[in-house]
Amino acid sequence: MDLQHQYIAFGTIVRREITRFTRIWTQTIVPPAVTTTLYFLIFGKLIGPRIGVVHGVPYIQYIVPGLVMMSIITSSYANVVASFYGSKFQRNLDEMLVSPMPDYIIVLGYAAGGVARGLCVGTVVTLVALCFVHLPVAHWGVMVSVCLLTSMLFAFAGLVNAIFANSFDDINIIPTFVLTPLTYLGGIFYSIDMLPDFWRGVSFVNPILYMVNGFRYGILGLTDMSIGMAYTIIIGFTVVMFLLCLYLLKRGTGIRN
Amino acid sequence: MAAALQIENLSKTYRSGVQALKGVSFEVREGDFFALLGPNGAGKSTTIGIVTSLVRKTAGKVRVFDHDIDHHFSRAKQYIGVVPQEFNFNIFEKPINIVMNQAGYYGIPRSRACERAEYYLKALDLWEKRNQPARFLSGGMKRRLLIARALVHDPKLLILDEPTAGVDIEMRRGMWDFMREINRSGTTIILTTHYLEEAESLCRNIVIIDHGELVENTTVRALLNKLHIETFVFDLKEPLAAAPALPGYVVRLVDSTTLEIDISKEKAINAVFESLTAQGIQVVSMRNKSNRLEELFIKMVSNGKKNPG
Repeated sequence: MDLQHQYIAFGTIVRREITRFTRIWTQTIVPPAVTTTLYFLIFGKLIGPRIGVVHGVPYIQYIVPGLVMMSIITSSYANVVASFYGSKFQRNLDEMLVSPMPDYIIVLGYAAGGVARGLCVGTVVTLVALCFVHLPVAHWGVMVSVCLLTSMLFAFAGLVNAIFANSFDDINIIPTFVLTPLTYLGGIFYSIDMLPDFWRGVSFVNPILYMVNGFRYGILGLTDMSIGMAYTIIIGFTVVMFLLCLYLLKRGTGIRN
Repeated sequence: MAAALQIENLSKTYRSGVQALKGVSFEVREGDFFALLGPNGAGKSTTIGIVTSLVRKTAGKVRVFDHDIDHHFSRAKQYIGVVPQEFNFNIFEKPINIVMNQAGYYGIPRSRACERAEYYLKALDLWEKRNQPARFLSGGMKRRLLIARALVHDPKLLILDEPTAGVDIEMRRGMWDFMREINRSGTTIILTTHYLEEAESLCRNIVIIDHGELVENTTVRALLNKLHIETFVFDLKEPLAAAPALPGYVVRLVDSTTLEIDISKEKAINAVFESLTAQGIQVVSMRNKSNRLEELFIKMVSNGKKNPG
C-alpha cells in the first residue's frame, strides 16, 4: 500500500471516529463541560477566595489549566478505549485487520480520533472557564504542543487498555483506579510546593504532574519544574506508548488467534 | 491459468493445544468457483482466518496470486475480499458508511468509494436501506451487506464463509445468480457452505477437510461419479400398505404414496419399472433424490474414507 492509499485509509478511520463521538455528543462533549463548570463554581468561586493567591495568581485562575488538561486526558483516553474495544467486541475490527492497511495507520487513526475528541472537549471546557476567569496565554506554542502531545499519549494508552481488555469492565478499571487518582494527585488543585518534602518527591513519579505543569506554563507562565523536563517526560511516554501499541498490534495480542 | 491461492502443508495449533490444521495442501486456480467443505470444527474457518490474517499459522506456506503472505501480506490482502460466517460490522452504523469505510481501508478515494458502494448496494437490493442503522436490517439483508462490503474494493479472490446461512430459498437463489455473475466476470470464488446442494450447483472444484486433514481434493463432477448408488423417489398413483419386494434393490416406503429406491449404477432403472408394473403399482412421477453430494460428504467425514461408494 503506497503512501497516498495509506493517507486515504488514515483519513477514513479519523472521519469515522470523529463522526462517532460527535453523533453521541451528549455522552462525549457535554458531561465534561458540566463537571468542570461545577469545579469552577465550587473550587473557584466558593472556596477559591478563601485560599487567595497561588504563585501570584488567583486560585480560580491557577486551577483552570489543570482542569482543562484533566478533561483532555480523560476524553482522549475514553474515546480510544471505548471505540477500539467496541470494534473488538462487535468483531468489526476485522474490517481493518483483513485490509492491507499497515498497523501504524490503525494506531495513528485511532489516536487521531482520540486527540480530536480531547481537543474538542478541552476547547469547550476552556470556553466554560472563560465565563469565570480571564486567561492570559503566556506561551502559545507550549500550550498547543503540550495539549497535542498529552492527548496523543493518552489516546495511545487507551488503545493499549482496549487491546488487553476482555470485557467492558476491563475498560473501566484503569480510568477508575489509575487515571483518576493520578490526575487528581497531578497538581491540578495545588502546587507541589505546598506539599511536605516527602510527598513533593513522590509527586515527581506521577507523569500527569508534568503535563499539568507544562500546560499551566503555556497559559500562566507558572510551573513547578523545568519545562524541558516536562517535555522530556511527555515525549518519552508518548513514544513508548506508540511503540507498545505497534508491538501489540503486530503480535496480535487480544485481536488475532 | 495462474493460481489464485496456493496452500502448502498448512498447520495450526492453538494455544489450547487443539490442532486445527495438520499439513493441509491445495491450490485454487484463477477464475475457479471452489468449494471448501468440512463438518463443524474441521478447520475451514481456521484456513480462511490464516489466508485473511486473522489467524496466525503455525507452519506452512500460503500464496495469494503468487504473493507469499509471510513476505508480502499487504499486497496479498489487496486481492482478497472476505464474507465471514458471523455478522462483524458495527450494528449502529449505516450500510452506506460500512461499505464506504471498507473501501477507504483499501485506499480507495471517497468519490470512487461512493460510486462502488452505490453499485453494490443496488446490485444486492440494499440501496433503499442504505441510511438505516445496520441493526434494523433482516438476517438476509445483513448477509448481503457483508457481500457488498467484501466486493467494494473489487477483489480478485472472494472468500465466502457460509454466505447464505439463514437466507430464505428465493433470496438464496438470487444470491447464487449474483455469485455466478461475479465469478463469470473473472473473480475467483472460494465457498464454504453447509448447503451441499449449493456447492454442487455452483462449484467446479472441491476440497473436503475433516479434523484438520485433507479428505478429498477433486472436481465436483469426479466426486459425484464416485457415488455408485443413487436414490430415486417414486410418487405412486395408489397408496400402499407396505414397501413392495424388489429383489436386488433396497426399497423404503416413505409414506403411503412415496417410495425411495436405492439403485446401483450398474443396474438399469427399466428393471425397476418392470417389476413395479408387474405388481400393479403405477408410478406418477420419478425424481433423483437431491443432496447427492451430501450423501458422499457424510460417508467421507464419518468414515474417513477416500473412496466411498
